[in-house]
Amino acid sequence: MSEFFTLSVLIATFASAVRLAVPYLLAALGETIGQRSGVLNLGVDGVMLLSAFGAYYTVIETGSHLLGVGVGLLIGLFMGVVYAVVTVHLHAKQGISGIGIFLFGLGFSDLLSQELVGAIQPIKKLPSLAKLPFVGGIFEPLEDIKYIGELLFSHNLMTYVAFALVPIVTWMMNRTTFGLNIKAVGENPQAADSLGVSVERTRFFAILIGNTLAGLAGATLSLQLGVFQQNLTNGLGFIAVALVYFGAWRAKWVMAGAMLYGLVTATRLQWQARDIIPNSASDLAAMTPALITILALVLLAKRVRGPAALTKPFTRH
Amino acid sequence: MSELMPLLEMRNITKRFPGVLANDNVSFDVLPGEVHTLLGENGAGKSTLMKILFGLYLPDEGEILLRGAPTQISSPISAIEQRVGMVHQHFMLVPTLTVAENVALGLSSNRGIRTDLDTVSKRIMDISEHYGLAVDPGVEIWKMSVGERQRVEIIKALYRDAELLVLDEPTAVLTPQEVDDLFVILRKMTSQGTGIVFISHKLHEVLELSDRITVLRNGRVSGATTPAETNRQQLAEMMVGREVKLAPDKPALDRGKVRLQLNNVHVLGDRDTMAVNGVDLAVHAGEIVGIAGISGNGQRELAETIAGLRPAEAGSSVSIDGVDISRANPAQTRRAGLSYVAEERMKDGAVGEFDISENLLLINHGEKRFIRGGLFNFDAIKQHCQRLVENFNVKTPSLSTPISSLSGGNIQKVIMARELDSDPKVVLAAQPTRGVDIGAAEYIHSQLIEQRTRGCAILMISEDLDEILGLADRIAVMFEGQVVTIIDRPEATKEQLGLAMTGAL
Ligand SMILES: Nc1ncnc2c1ncn2[C@@H]1O[C@H](COP(=O)(O)OP(=O)(O)OP(=O)(O)O)[C@@H](O)[C@H]1O
Ligand SMILES: [Mg+2]
Repeated sequence: MSEFFTLSVLIATFASAVRLAVPYLLAALGETIGQRSGVLNLGVDGVMLLSAFGAYYTVIETGSHLLGVGVGLLIGLFMGVVYAVVTVHLHAKQGISGIGIFLFGLGFSDLLSQELVGAIQPIKKLPSLAKLPFVGGIFEPLEDIKYIGELLFSHNLMTYVAFALVPIVTWMMNRTTFGLNIKAVGENPQAADSLGVSVERTRFFAILIGNTLAGLAGATLSLQLGVFQQNLTNGLGFIAVALVYFGAWRAKWVMAGAMLYGLVTATRLQWQARDIIPNSASDLAAMTPALITILALVLLAKRVRGPAALTKPFTRH
Repeated sequence: MSELMPLLEMRNITKRFPGVLANDNVSFDVLPGEVHTLLGENGAGKSTLMKILFGLYLPDEGEILLRGAPTQISSPISAIEQRVGMVHQHFMLVPTLTVAENVALGLSSNRGIRTDLDTVSKRIMDISEHYGLAVDPGVEIWKMSVGERQRVEIIKALYRDAELLVLDEPTAVLTPQEVDDLFVILRKMTSQGTGIVFISHKLHEVLELSDRITVLRNGRVSGATTPAETNRQQLAEMMVGREVKLAPDKPALDRGKVRLQLNNVHVLGDRDTMAVNGVDLAVHAGEIVGIAGISGNGQRELAETIAGLRPAEAGSSVSIDGVDISRANPAQTRRAGLSYVAEERMKDGAVGEFDISENLLLINHGEKRFIRGGLFNFDAIKQHCQRLVENFNVKTPSLSTPISSLSGGNIQKVIMARELDSDPKVVLAAQPTRGVDIGAAEYIHSQLIEQRTRGCAILMISEDLDEILGLADRIAVMFEGQVVTIIDRPEATKEQLGLAMTGAL
């Protein structure tokens, strides 16, 4: 145990926690935006799987991470259009539609992976900033700074994108007309409608952004791991949905939740690698964040209230 | 006035809903600078007509002219663009947002994609100064009283330069003082040329404010008049189509034994402060005790505690016929003989998605007479419900109509029918006729009086002083969680009650 509490191991654990948190963070931020507009998306996990495979396959075929991430993003966007049309324009029940998207993503990504790739085939993982072409030189010396370098400058680009999105989403929600519209249609769509705010359009774009971020989350996951396999996410998308509640629909608290998951996972991996806990206990350890989330949800349940119109379709006539 | 071009003309408007003809060939106009009142029973079609004007419904037939020119109003945006503003029957505000954010919704900002709340706040201040509409642009709606929320609704319309303002029952939830303040503001607006459509069930308000009055009945215009030519009695009859007793007949009775006894009742409110702070009150058989007071002074919490919906603090005692119910749950309070007509009809009084029979059976579906061989006896249920609907004169297409699609007054009749059918010992009625039309209110009052004659003890909470003075034998005034005074009806005056309600007595 004592060998875990050395500065270098702690730093390494924390640095990997930051990276592990990224898929949670991206997906949960996306879900936050969707939910604030009043739309619950339980399909996050399915969208992530499709994007994860799309990104992975693109890298196999082209060798380009950038293209891989781009394909993951586009798949998210496309699934967003599907989900938005089904729930907003066709007024389908959100809960069951989301489950449908999840099941589709789970099955279809597996099918594609068997047909197009076959046996698991590792690809090169997302590189850290220092290894990027052109700009890598700038970051090389930074990454070498003792401790600080590993903590702050050793990550891949998607990590910075994800954490940069936290203040951007906060700004969007609190300072822009679009954010104001999102909050209004999520709380009282009738009121927004009576002032000429298009409930359908606002929700449509909120869902689009949400699913696009889920797509980025999926792409980041498979490219960080360098593999794709059946059900790669293992429920990560559902945890992202729970994190939205955990974070009380606020970007910074959602980030705190994602970091908690990253930290617990990173610690577990470290302990396992160092034989601090037996393998048999690691499943128990893997449950800790879920337990913490449940506990937090129970404690918070009375204090915070979600968007009042969450899951309620809107019609005027 | 006759040569003025009307601001609004609605010609021969017809609107059908499944099974209902909500507007039948209705024509209606508004001149600049006048208040034109729409009067009618619940379900007469007032809100429907105004929603057509605001682009929320499309008419099946008929045309609309604004400032003399025919126009199509296909959505709220086009209504706003043509300077029509509407204060809806139910608040259209986002409670979690501030006043400025609510006003800014749907406006284009001159800061690009960023909101420009400073500019909006500044204009709100200008408007509120100009019309005497005191509000703070930075406060969230949920922190405001209903009177303040009403002002925000009006500011929303003024901000958009409304020249024609529709107010659908704006006074239903206001205190008398707030109504006076509102009328001052409305008069200021008409003096500057704004045309106003006013809807209210309170006839004295209608007579006080209106220039013209149009009465709707069953979707059709049944008459038009002016305050100078008419009076309350006549208006009520035009609405209902028969003779109406405005002041209920109440037989003189000697009150009997104490049925409902409250001793030292303390109750915590939602904000963890003492909402009810030591109430002692006894209600006797054969009497109606009215609780008057401005809302928010503990009436709601007191009612919820008696009904078993909110726990009382230790040391409080509530009993019916000597049976203690201070720790009872709602089922136990009912078994002790309580009937409860909740203030929030759709939240605590009825299940919106359930149909009328299901709502009528909510509290007694377990009784033997409705069950045969372990299953519901639908014949018996139908007979029972049919009788209640007929006795209470509920207007509905059928027993299987979802209750949420009835008008407010008819929903209240269904609830009353259910609550009074069980021969209660104590009736607790909160705001029994809020938003309910004259005809239905008369009926509900007569039913309460009948229960009184039966020997029931009735505790009625109301913000409507006319209702309290018309019905109560004794009046308890609540202020800041306490009963500050109890007055026998013969000694009570409106002025005295008004003073007590503000804590000045
Ligand atoms: N969206 C709707 N769908 C079906 N029926 C409706 C709808 N809106 C109103 N109605 C029906 O149309 C009739 C007129 O309703 P409306 O709301 O216009 O009455 P109102 O005069 O405003 O009554 P109140 O005084 O209770 O507000 C009622 O019978 C009502 O049940
Ligand atoms: Mg109405």
